[in-house]
Amino acid sequence: MVPLSYYLVLGGILFACGVTGFLIKRNIITIFMSIELMLNGVNLSFVAFAAQWQALSGQVFVFFVMVVAAAEAAVGLAIIIAVYRTRETLNVDQVNLLKL
Amino acid sequence: MTPNLHLWLIPLLPLAGAAINGLLGKRFSRPVASAVALAFCGAAFAMALWIAAQFSALRLPHMETVATWIRAGSFQADFAFYLDPLSLVMLLVVTGVGFLIHIYSVGYMWEEGGYYRFFAYLNLFMFFMLTLVLASNYLLMFIGWEGVGLASYLLIGFWFTKDSAAAAGKKAFIVNRIGDFGFLIALFLMIQHFGSLNFVQVFQSVSSLGVEYGTGLLTSIGLLLMVGAAGKSAQLPLYVWLPDAMEGPTPVSALIHAATMVTAGVYMVARSHVIFERAPVAMMVVASVGTLTALFAATIGVCQTDIKKVLAYSTISQLGYMFMACGVGAFSMGIFHLMTHAFFKGLLFLAAGSVIHAIGGEQDMRRMGGLRTKIPVTFWTMTAATLAIAGFPPFAGFFSKDAILFQAFTSPYGSWVYWAIGVFTAFLTSFYMFRLWFLTFFGEYRGEEHSDHSRAGAPAPHGHGGIHESPKVMLVPLVILAVLSVCGGWIGSDRFERFLAPAFYSGSAAMETAAPAHAEQAASEGLLTSISIVAAFAGLGLAWLLYHRRPQLPQEIAQALGGFYQAVLHKYYVDELYAVLFVKPLIDGSTSLLWHGIDRDVIDATLDNSAEGARTVSDAARHMQSGNIRSYAGWVAAGAAVVIGYMVWMGTR
Amino acid sequence: MMLHLVIFSVFGIICVAAAVNLLVQRHPINSALSLVVVMGSLAVEFLLLGAEFVAAVQVIVYAGAVMVLFVFVIMLLNAGEEERTSASRVALLFGIPGMLVGSLLMAWVLLERSGTRAVAVGALPGPPKTIGWLLFHDYLLPFEITSVLILIAIMGAVVLASRQASARQTRREG
Repeated sequence: MVPLSYYLVLGGILFACGVTGFLIKRNIITIFMSIELMLNGVNLSFVAFAAQWQALSGQVFVFFVMVVAAAEAAVGLAIIIAVYRTRETLNVDQVNLLKL
Repeated sequence: MTPNLHLWLIPLLPLAGAAINGLLGKRFSRPVASAVALAFCGAAFAMALWIAAQFSALRLPHMETVATWIRAGSFQADFAFYLDPLSLVMLLVVTGVGFLIHIYSVGYMWEEGGYYRFFAYLNLFMFFMLTLVLASNYLLMFIGWEGVGLASYLLIGFWFTKDSAAAAGKKAFIVNRIGDFGFLIALFLMIQHFGSLNFVQVFQSVSSLGVEYGTGLLTSIGLLLMVGAAGKSAQLPLYVWLPDAMEGPTPVSALIHAATMVTAGVYMVARSHVIFERAPVAMMVVASVGTLTALFAATIGVCQTDIKKVLAYSTISQLGYMFMACGVGAFSMGIFHLMTHAFFKGLLFLAAGSVIHAIGGEQDMRRMGGLRTKIPVTFWTMTAATLAIAGFPPFAGFFSKDAILFQAFTSPYGSWVYWAIGVFTAFLTSFYMFRLWFLTFFGEYRGEEHSDHSRAGAPAPHGHGGIHESPKVMLVPLVILAVLSVCGGWIGSDRFERFLAPAFYSGSAAMETAAPAHAEQAASEGLLTSISIVAAFAGLGLAWLLYHRRPQLPQEIAQALGGFYQAVLHKYYVDELYAVLFVKPLIDGSTSLLWHGIDRDVIDATLDNSAEGARTVSDAARHMQSGNIRSYAGWVAAGAAVVIGYMVWMGTR
Repeated sequence: MMLHLVIFSVFGIICVAAAVNLLVQRHPINSALSLVVVMGSLAVEFLLLGAEFVAAVQVIVYAGAVMVLFVFVIMLLNAGEEERTSASRVALLFGIPGMLVGSLLMAWVLLERSGTRAVAVGALPGPPKTIGWLLFHDYLLPFEITSVLILIAIMGAVVLASRQASARQTRREG
């Protein structure tokens, strides 16, 4: 019998790794993947809590999270392609035209 | 049953004329604009005549309420009009003389710019003056009071592009305002103690009070009313605006500053006679102010060289006479003098305007002379007016002035001091008026042929050559007023007094004790009258000597008198004194306190500092928007960490 | 029970190791493949919790479609290795230890004070039928809205990635 908190810790570690990658990576695609990592950690927490409280709504929520993640990935990658076409680079530091 | 006389029409007709001329006049041609103004003013005059015709059939006082205005608790003031002999006299004077001056102005202002504006302002003035005269409560009268001040400001500064005219208009309005302050406080006292401002109610309440010896409520009200009257009627110490007001066109000086507006103060004091008769201290103040002003202004008038300024000081002096009359209890004599003064002073101003018009804008008497052959009609009418003002029998001024002097001597409120100063002032009046007469019309012409510079109060010079008589439209009013100056006094002071008696019923016992001494009065009346006639002739004689026979004498006398002459010439430096005492501290105070202190350092500073603060804050905050995506990511993560931390902390509490 | 814990630990460690690997790798393709490993191990964890449908969907949709999309884009754009710049040193110095500390703290809190029971293997069965029932009854509105969201995402992706900007390129080339 695995205590619930173990699952939560695992989800938390995944989330932390995702945040770290989000902050320190310079490649746009890698940043995106860190976001997906964060979402996965959250999914694990949802399912764990669903199991603890015997409520299937948690699993249903995971669906929605996945759908949103997929949509976001699609649009985000399209934007990355567009940015790459104009700026010829995937380095996020060079996409800085909005500075004051 | 009281017939409805539609009194409300009388003020409103000129108002309609003012509105039409003011709003649409720009598109009117000169004949149309003048027709509009004359039509409405003439209609008001016609109505006044019609009312006069029916007057004996009316039950007096006749009051008409048009509409409710203020109902606040027990205080009530309505748009209501009041007709009694006093207001009828004022009504006829204002509309009659006003109408004549309107006609005169058509000629005088024909070549001026802003023609329609002039007539709009003139009609506006008539509206306010008629409201003042016909009002049946002090509040409506105050509206008229303020309104004539406004119209005076507009008309004095008619040529507003000229700095001196604009400044004169401002001065008139501000000095008037100081008087209005006193008037307002008197009104507040009335509301507080009598609960109303309607004439009927106030006078009924006052009648139930006794005579106040020493100071008290009625004395305060009387003194404050006198402050207001001093401002409006140019008495000491608030007279300084009237000589400057000569910057306006001459018809304005004639109408407003001779015949009507300045007499509003006298009318107000006469109307409030019930209050004054119960406050001997206030009466004394009124009489003293009037007498001193008369003397003071007459001495200044002796030395002035501008023809309009002489007439201005003369007006102040004659108004002093009217206040002297009111101050000794002879209210109806004051009104009598008001009426005759309207005739001859209006005529004097209009004739002076005709003279100025004739010689192309010159106003300095030292540059006039010998005009009697060149402008005969003006000369003869001005002669009639001069004789009237000097008090020669049988002209109008003699009857009224003589009655005032007699009352000053014999009335229980009067004293021989008033009479003596009055006689001396009459001598001075005769002197300076004949001085004006000799300098203007006799001797050699001392001016330039065509003066090209335009002067204060003069119309733009036009190029018909030489000295010429004025057009008929200007001469006809002169002749009519001259006839009135001759005959106006023939109604006699006794009949006039009896006519005005219903307005001046007196509850004070002091007045009635004057009646029994009638027999011995007749003898002293003859003596006093002859003394005043002698004074008038003495003035004529002196003027003839100094300005006709031996013209070099005045210069020698002036030099002999040295400093005193300089002081009088500079009007006793009163304007300079006021500038130092009041104007400069006020301007300095408001500059340093109100402008620098409050407007600049508080209001502007608040705005500037809040803008500065916003800028500083946004300057600090702009680092969040660096365009660098990773710093955005950092901020998002930081924010999220704060939120998560908060929620964890809440969860573990 | 022991088996439960063992399987959990094994796949948990694989998961964490792959996540750390994602951070450490410099080439994005390596990171992408690590992420696939993470998702796979997470699918096993889901199975342990009895959410079989979710686990299947995770593998099919998440690892099988989304990550494939990522790999496609990486290869399309020919992404290369990241360069090292000095800016990342500061973050490395503060961020990594900070993150470690933060996550350790959270782990301690969760383990010591969460007060949760243990969860048995397959504790909450999640057959597709039940989930479908929930989706189409209680969560119908979010379901429909999500489908609209997908539609919008499709249109957005098509528009954003289309070759309008290629006019500039062809002008440059031609």
